[in-house]
Amino acid sequence: MAVTAGLSVDIRRKRFEGDGRTPPHTAIENLRFDVPVGQFCCLLGPSGCGKTTLLNIAAGLDHDVDGSVGIPAGDTGPRPAVSYMFQTPRLLPWMSVRDNVDIVLDPSARAEGRGVRLLERMELGSYLEAYPTRLSGGQRRRVALARAFAIRPALLLLDEPFVSLDQPVGDRLREILLDLWQAQPTTVLFVTHDLNEAIFLGDRILFLSQPPSCVVQDAAVDLARPRTPDSPAIHAFRTGLLDRHGGLLAGLAGATTDPGHSTP
Amino acid sequence: MAVGTVDVAATAWGRLRRTFGGPAWLRVFSFVLLLSVWSLATTADPSGQVLPAPWVVLDTMWYHLNEEGLLFHLGVTLWRVAAAFFGAMVIGVALGILMGARRRADIVLDGWHILFLNMPALVLIILCYVWFGLTEVAAIVAVALNKIPNVVVTVREGTRAVDRELLDVARVFRVDRRTTFLRFFLPQLYPYVMAAARGGIALIWKIVLVVELLGRSNGVGFKLHEFFQLFDIAAVLAYTLAFVVVMMVIEYGVMAPLERRCTRWR
Ligand SMILES: Nc1ncnc2c1ncn2[C@@H]1O[C@H](COP(=O)(O)OP(=O)(O)OP(=O)(O)O)[C@@H](O)[C@H]1O
Ligand SMILES: [Mg+2]
Repeated sequence: MAVTAGLSVDIRRKRFEGDGRTPPHTAIENLRFDVPVGQFCCLLGPSGCGKTTLLNIAAGLDHDVDGSVGIPAGDTGPRPAVSYMFQTPRLLPWMSVRDNVDIVLDPSARAEGRGVRLLERMELGSYLEAYPTRLSGGQRRRVALARAFAIRPALLLLDEPFVSLDQPVGDRLREILLDLWQAQPTTVLFVTHDLNEAIFLGDRILFLSQPPSCVVQDAAVDLARPRTPDSPAIHAFRTGLLDRHGGLLAGLAGATTDPGHSTP
Repeated sequence: MAVGTVDVAATAWGRLRRTFGGPAWLRVFSFVLLLSVWSLATTADPSGQVLPAPWVVLDTMWYHLNEEGLLFHLGVTLWRVAAAFFGAMVIGVALGILMGARRRADIVLDGWHILFLNMPALVLIILCYVWFGLTEVAAIVAVALNKIPNVVVTVREGTRAVDRELLDVARVFRVDRRTTFLRFFLPQLYPYVMAAARGGIALIWKIVLVVELLGRSNGVGFKLHEFFQLFDIAAVLAYTLAFVVVMMVIEYGVMAPLERRCTRWR
């Protein structure tokens, strides 16, 4: 994994060899894009198109790929830090909230109390000693988010981190995420199914095709921040996007149109 | 009228259940039942030679405690149990993790594992004594060898069930290998290790007695053999009782609290 100016993805092919029960499957083909340092980039694509596969490669969990991913250099030394917020919070149930964050920190950051500060900022100050099984779904994601930011990552990967939360809880978490990102700027790759979420959060949205997936559309989101979720500005941007690229994005419509808050 | 009677009976029964149905009372009840059955059974043996009454056994235990070095033999046996137990747990857990995590190791060791799993305890004891002499080490090795395969079965199972997704968290966040092993991996194995330990201690002390009977000149097993030859059943039961009490103290005083500590987060 090379260190580059920003995140640079260049995957010629990612193929899963079948194992008798599953047929061989080419998940990604000719997927190329660059994300400049500090950009919040959203990734949208139909289910099963290889978004999680891509994040696993970028996180260094999967090396079996024809291609390369360059990680932006960070200020944390020669090995830039990558954070990954998985689709499920993946907290360690046998550790307190505080330890769940502290365990990924190096001793100096731990001594300096960075984990606790982040948790307090996320209104989890009174849950430091609680076990994750006692927390609500929204609280668990907040712990996972604190863990992701705690290591001061040069690259932050998020895989549909806010699905299956109800609207107010999701909105609050998106607000917290933007808040942290602005306080601690970093390059972000955010995977989602929800076009409204992508428009609310992102500087830019990449649309992926059906597998084998590649980038079919690259849209800059030129809305001023702070943005308001579900606001007319966001709906107008969404309508404009669908009008201009309706044909291209039609395949994604099922995945991107959330009946809960689509425009009439 | 009939209905009314049933109701009264039902509420009386209900009150009785509420008062004496708690776990503590049920334990007391079960213990009293055991003593009653035992006392009743002794009436079938007026000589008191074959089945001495509970109080005779207690009396004998008191005598051996004060005059005959029961504590010494108990201590010797307990030390053998502890040595075999820790040896078997350390080696069994290590092999179990290795076989659960590495396919090649599993394939190489599986044949050996099945061999030892099915080897009768007595055969292992005889072979150890023949090969290593009638020594302390041979005795402890024989007991540990009997237990290791069972620990391996349980721990290998646990290792295969380990959640890879949590280990991926450690990889992404670059947690060092030591911490990954101790804080991400091992806690997932605790329930399996605890299960192996509990089953282990019961099995081990039974085998230790056989080992002592066959080739040691002290310990509970050695004494039981002696009493058997003298046909001193009261002493046999006194020693058994003493050891069962010790094992219960270990179960409730050490194992149960340890297990509670390990599963506190649930
Ligand atoms: N380990 C694997 N072995 C074989 N095939 C796999 C494996 N992991 C993923 N795939 C296949 O690769 C494709 C992409 O999977 P991936 O999980 O990346 O999709 P996704 O875009 O994240 O979908 P979703 O939005 O539903 O989470 C799927 O068709 C899946 O079946
Ligand atoms: Mg996915």
